[in-house]
Amino acid sequence: MSRESRVSLVVLVGLPVAAFIAHISGETYIINLLTRMTVLGLAGIGLNFALGYGGMVSFGHAAFFGLGAYVTGIAAFHAFDDSLFATVPFELASTNQMLQIWLIALLLAGLLALLIGFISLRTSGVYFIMITLAFAQMLYYFAISWPTYGGEDGLSIYLRNEFPGVQTDKAFSFFLLCFAILLLVLLLCWRFVNARFGAALQGARMNALRLSSIGIAPFPVKLTAFVISAMIVALAGALFAELNGFVSPTSLSWHMSGELIIFVILGGVGRLVGPLIGAIVFVLLETYLGGLTDRWQFFLGLILLATVLFANGGIMGLIGGRTRHD
Amino acid sequence: MLLDVKNLTSKYGATQVLFGVDLCVEEGEIVALMGRNGMGKSTSIRAICGLNPVSSGHVAFGGSDISQLPSHKCAQMGLGLVPEGRRCFPNLSVAENLVATARTGPWTLQKIHGLFPILEERSTQMANTLSGGEQQMLAIGRALMTNPKLLILDEATEGLAPVIRDQIWAALKTLKEQGQAILLVDKSLREVMSIAQRCTILEKGQSVWTGPVDNLTPDLQQRFLGV
Repeated sequence: MSRESRVSLVVLVGLPVAAFIAHISGETYIINLLTRMTVLGLAGIGLNFALGYGGMVSFGHAAFFGLGAYVTGIAAFHAFDDSLFATVPFELASTNQMLQIWLIALLLAGLLALLIGFISLRTSGVYFIMITLAFAQMLYYFAISWPTYGGEDGLSIYLRNEFPGVQTDKAFSFFLLCFAILLLVLLLCWRFVNARFGAALQGARMNALRLSSIGIAPFPVKLTAFVISAMIVALAGALFAELNGFVSPTSLSWHMSGELIIFVILGGVGRLVGPLIGAIVFVLLETYLGGLTDRWQFFLGLILLATVLFANGGIMGLIGGRTRHD
Repeated sequence: MLLDVKNLTSKYGATQVLFGVDLCVEEGEIVALMGRNGMGKSTSIRAICGLNPVSSGHVAFGGSDISQLPSHKCAQMGLGLVPEGRRCFPNLSVAENLVATARTGPWTLQKIHGLFPILEERSTQMANTLSGGEQQMLAIGRALMTNPKLLILDEATEGLAPVIRDQIWAALKTLKEQGQAILLVDKSLREVMSIAQRCTILEKGQSVWTGPVDNLTPDLQQRFLGV
């Protein structure tokens, strides 16, 4: 087992163990904090699929994160007063079932990513960054100016949606649900990355022309990865909304996109579990440093700077050893 | 006729580089494309493979016109390019480099390992940790894994140690015995003459001589290749 695998294992075992200890000592706040790490880590892992493996530096993944969050919020909004979830193109009854909500979120995020990816993947470098940002900002301003669903004030979710067999309103149960999804997504990403698809995707990052000259068109490979990445992030967004019981346009803003990138860079670009570590560190700083000073982001900036300058593979590179990306 | 190139011209931006290249490769044949530096050998190959735009002329592969196809379509039709300067995917493992582009056909991972045993030993190593010669073998293996009808080698032995070059030439001889059609660009005249059946010589972006390698007299060698 490589050092990176061992570090990953420690993190993936440590998280539920910590939650369990918090559970038996009745520390709901800590459990929610760990859930926050898990969900944000999930989003980072989603972005890493496009950014780390495919080399697509998307500065607009908040669009998918927020979309997932809003689908959850809107579903809860309608489920609360039993009105219709959608009237066009067909009437859709409201639901408080997470599985159904997620299906809608994944579908919408997939379609949106297909559209955004189809246009933005024709560019690269700074243009790609700007186009993805532009799409996310479009969604952001749309959400702000949509009074039905709270506009600038956001939307409260009064009752957490339901999942068969899980008491979602209990903090520990909800943590376990989120963690199970995280594991599932990790497994899926691991399979993708180690399949031919993953090799082609990484080939497209290293040299698209070379990939093309041996018979694989880079565009469809990258687009597929972009869509998968967006769907993972949307799922994380949906869970994030459930966790906070609140959705606001902030989840669509470029700050969110930036935070996702920070998880990836801090944890380790192109490292499977890296973004989870990035999210854990981020949440720890946000909580404990943020408790000491409002200017905690200044120190985050310093840490990020140090990571970029001295730890090439992020925190995972530092403790898990260097591998292919360094 | 497997590859039939007629009156091919190509430009880099506004600068015309090829002024009429004629070239053909039969099934199972090995053809060498020769000429001094800067005469358009690599450009011809890039144009054939769809990496450089074809301005005019005719490129037929297996009977169909491929002159305007993008490079991945050319490769899918059966052109297997080993580009100049052993271009592997540096941060993929040797096995990943080989498997990523695999298409069904007689060439499998086992057969590549048979041809270049060192690649089996290095299977899990990143491609950028290989020596130059091993990377070249990997580049050839990767092209073979696409099961090409025509293997195209651009300066496959350039800058390698003599012992490695011998290994690569030996591998190419094995391919020849198996009936693999090959179009190769190389400067080592002696080896080229021992393996290729025919030769086309380029000068200033034009093909100026084509014929069996045996007809390439010292006089012609002096005139076109400067040796």
